[in-house]
Amino acid sequence: MAIGRQAAPAVSDGTIFKRPTWTRGIGSWITTIDHKRLGILYILSSFLFMGLASVEAFIIRLQLMAPNQQLVSPDAFNQLFTMHGVTMVFLAIMPLGTGLANYFVPLLIGARDLAFPRLNAFGYWVYILGGLFIYSSFFLGGAPDVGWFAYAPLTSLSNNPGPGTDFYMLGLTITGIGTLVTAMNLIVTIISMRAPGMTMMRMPVFVWMMLITSFLIIFAFPPLTIAMVQVIFDRTFGTLFYVPEAGGLPILWQHLFWIFGHPEVYIIILPAFGVISEIIPTFSRKPLFGYPVMILSGIFIGFMGFAVWAHHMFTTGLGPVANTAFSLTSFVIGIPTGVKVFNWVGTMWGGAIRFTVPMLYSIAFLFMFVLGGITGIMLAMPPFDAQAHDSYFVVAHFHYVMGGGALFAFFAAVYYWFPKMTGKMISERIGKIAFAFFFVGFNMIFMPQHFVGLLGMPRRVQTYDEGFGFEIWNLISSSGTFVMGFGMILILLSVIWAFKNGAPAGNDPWDGRTLEWTTTSPPAHYNFAVQPVALDRDAFWAQKHPELAHADDPALYDHDYDAGGIHMPGQSWYPFLMSLFIVIGAYGILYQNFVLAALMGVLVTFTTYGWAFEGVGGYHVHPDEHESQEGATD
Amino acid sequence: MPMTPWLRRAAIPLAGPLLLAGCDFAGLQSTLDPAGPIAQAQLDLFMWSYWLSWIVIVAVFGVLAYVLLRFRRRASDPDRIPSQFHGSTKLEIGLTIIPVVIVILVAVPTVRTIWETEVRVVPEEGDVIVNVTGYQWWWRFEYPEHGVVTANEMHIPVDRRVIVNLESADVLHAFWVPRLAGKRDLIPNQNNQLWFSADETGEYYGQCAELCLGAHAYMKFRVHVVEDERFDAWVDAFEAPSALPASDDPRVQRGRDLFATKGCSTCHTIQDYRGEVPVGSSDFPNLTNFGLRTSLAAGVVDNTQENLETWLRDPQIFKPGNYMPKVWREDDPDADEEIAAVAAYLLSLGSDAEELAFASGGTDDVQAFRAAATGGDDGDR
Repeated sequence: MAIGRQAAPAVSDGTIFKRPTWTRGIGSWITTIDHKRLGILYILSSFLFMGLASVEAFIIRLQLMAPNQQLVSPDAFNQLFTMHGVTMVFLAIMPLGTGLANYFVPLLIGARDLAFPRLNAFGYWVYILGGLFIYSSFFLGGAPDVGWFAYAPLTSLSNNPGPGTDFYMLGLTITGIGTLVTAMNLIVTIISMRAPGMTMMRMPVFVWMMLITSFLIIFAFPPLTIAMVQVIFDRTFGTLFYVPEAGGLPILWQHLFWIFGHPEVYIIILPAFGVISEIIPTFSRKPLFGYPVMILSGIFIGFMGFAVWAHHMFTTGLGPVANTAFSLTSFVIGIPTGVKVFNWVGTMWGGAIRFTVPMLYSIAFLFMFVLGGITGIMLAMPPFDAQAHDSYFVVAHFHYVMGGGALFAFFAAVYYWFPKMTGKMISERIGKIAFAFFFVGFNMIFMPQHFVGLLGMPRRVQTYDEGFGFEIWNLISSSGTFVMGFGMILILLSVIWAFKNGAPAGNDPWDGRTLEWTTTSPPAHYNFAVQPVALDRDAFWAQKHPELAHADDPALYDHDYDAGGIHMPGQSWYPFLMSLFIVIGAYGILYQNFVLAALMGVLVTFTTYGWAFEGVGGYHVHPDEHESQEGATD
Repeated sequence: MPMTPWLRRAAIPLAGPLLLAGCDFAGLQSTLDPAGPIAQAQLDLFMWSYWLSWIVIVAVFGVLAYVLLRFRRRASDPDRIPSQFHGSTKLEIGLTIIPVVIVILVAVPTVRTIWETEVRVVPEEGDVIVNVTGYQWWWRFEYPEHGVVTANEMHIPVDRRVIVNLESADVLHAFWVPRLAGKRDLIPNQNNQLWFSADETGEYYGQCAELCLGAHAYMKFRVHVVEDERFDAWVDAFEAPSALPASDDPRVQRGRDLFATKGCSTCHTIQDYRGEVPVGSSDFPNLTNFGLRTSLAAGVVDNTQENLETWLRDPQIFKPGNYMPKVWREDDPDADEEIAAVAAYLLSLGSDAEELAFASGGTDDVQAFRAAATGGDDGDR
């Protein structure tokens, strides 16, 4: 089934580069293919970008704290909110979900790595290098300033001669490659590498949601990539896709963008649904209520996610027929979402709820996601959307969904899984204090934005005038940033402290229900010393409490799965090198240095061959040698 | 709408304490203070969903609070293992029906309101047609039936249907007068239509709601809703406008000359300034009857001599990012005097409209004329 189960292949020395074997130091991280190390890199990188986006948001709120301020110029302001949006969506929240999936999908399904470890490393490196590529724009003539959805014809060369738009288009095309390959990798992994006994309907919900998310990515990203390539061609080679003077129809960009953009919302929120569906059962000491309904509603949401894109375009003059249709499909999505909320509450019903920090974030998620969902239904009414669209009401709405929803869920997940990833506990006491600041600050920032939007304040305005009733709400909102910022700093400090001095976590600090808690914290590089089997849904709980589960007879799975040793893949230079060449090539296109771009094209081709002919590599770990191997290979 | 007017009126004061105490829902751009049937229908729909959402909030959060209090782990029995039930088909079907019902309750009035407010209409007798073109960062208003072209301030008669044809000359913009109607985008190569009417005379504030870079935040406009006679008088002021200063004030005369010699007339049209009638020919704000406007720089500040001088001295002060060049150098010794003259000339434009019988010109009378032409209640807004 998986690589590890086959007879040892001949170990190749590689074509150009030998397979590196570092276990420590920067080289070991650059060439790593370990899903756990890559997961940690993803998580750290996404927090780095989240920090940058938070600074941008902080400056935005300072500028808007009082009317008629000129703290930053309109141009700088446009760059700040564009980069805040781009960063949060593409470089922070989505990769945070990917990072958690990278680390935990294999552990949750009892696998030893993802199906394609080098592809996984490649996905990470194009993401981080693509992200840094976009951020380099701040030093190379100005960041993108066209908003995170970069509506044509703002992006045309005549309207936007600076390089910011090129950085946006090329950078997101590159990070999109990483997102796509990782999605394919996760699909193959989830379909083909589950532990014995883990049928599809025994998979943890987080794994299910990642499977759905990965399919969404595969269908959603190509339209965006096509649209971005068109703009790159417009700007680089003088094509006329989105040039109105030549008869181009800028509205087409909006369609292509939102055919990607709305599924993107579910690409972000479905993994969040997944982690919530892991955390609430654990801390309620009960199985998830209505597991099959949860899976089905996730699939239904994912499917319908492709049928609602034009609800972002109600004010573009689509006409009453289209507005009616897209309004109704959007309402329909409210049904499975509502069902999910009922099922989470149903999971807690009758339970023994422990108010740990991850559980607090999960409850906060429920609270804010319901509010964001309600305003979402309101915005799906085109006549009301005509008023609320592009106002601060929308800003409030999607921050409740993306921030209060997805971000709070991922914070819950980080608190929940931190002991597994590091073997250390984060202080619960500090965690609860920080949570209070984080939660109160968040609501201080975004609740008033509903009202200021209804009072007629458009979004993306660099300043506003006195006398419109906007002052008090903006002041409250901006003040909230200090409260939330203090919470964030507290969280950061407590995490750093926990790294050094945290209490040892043990294998199973939370009385977990799923397979990741059966192994050591942090797990050895081969994850499981013995191939785990899933006797029931909530596989670990079934092991701990066989009398409470409808578990299979363990004898069914009595087989030496690790005979011949566990095959662990070898490290590789190629994923990193290929990503590097792609990004350098992007600079070539950006500066119209086509010699450089062509050279990088050649090098990318070369690394593709190097990668393909590198050979399987790797080494075997033998179950009886686990103890002695650990020091040498970790 | 399933909302009676009294229910809506009750909703506004009630919403205050329920949301956060002490908010004022009236406002120059408040969607909660509509002054026309379209904005009213949009608000009614919102209020309907608003009250429904309170039912959802109370129900969901009530149950959530109950669950969190009732089913927390007790210190007295920390190791209790609750019953491991997986679900209940009957209950789940029942719970699915609740969001279905809510969605239907929202969907029916939504669809009805879409078809009441968003259908493209054919102009009928009595409608006022305005062709709106968005530019970075100002608005061109053309009245094709009346031959009027103006910028940044729209005049419409009260209680008449206004059909607005929306086009953009450069990037996307959105036309939004919250108290009269929800927004509609201005898209190059696409003709969008919006229609609405106003119930009450007065001055209404609008703003561009789609990012258009640069001075987007300062791309505002005003809509003056006036009685029919006032509207006709305003239109007449454009039929025979005079670019000649009405006053004998030498400063105004000098301002008229400077308008050409300093290059203003390269971009800005003043109808009849050179004897020609260049209606609809210019991609820059038309300044005909400029003195009738209440605001300056696309609704950014009040149109006074002092503000106009500041604007002419450095256009970036009120409106950072806009394309108006700085005409006078900092060290130009004549700047103060010349700027004052041009400002005085511009403010005098329209003040001699015979129909309103303000013949003598001068700032005070311009103010009075403006007040009369715009319905008279704009003085303190």
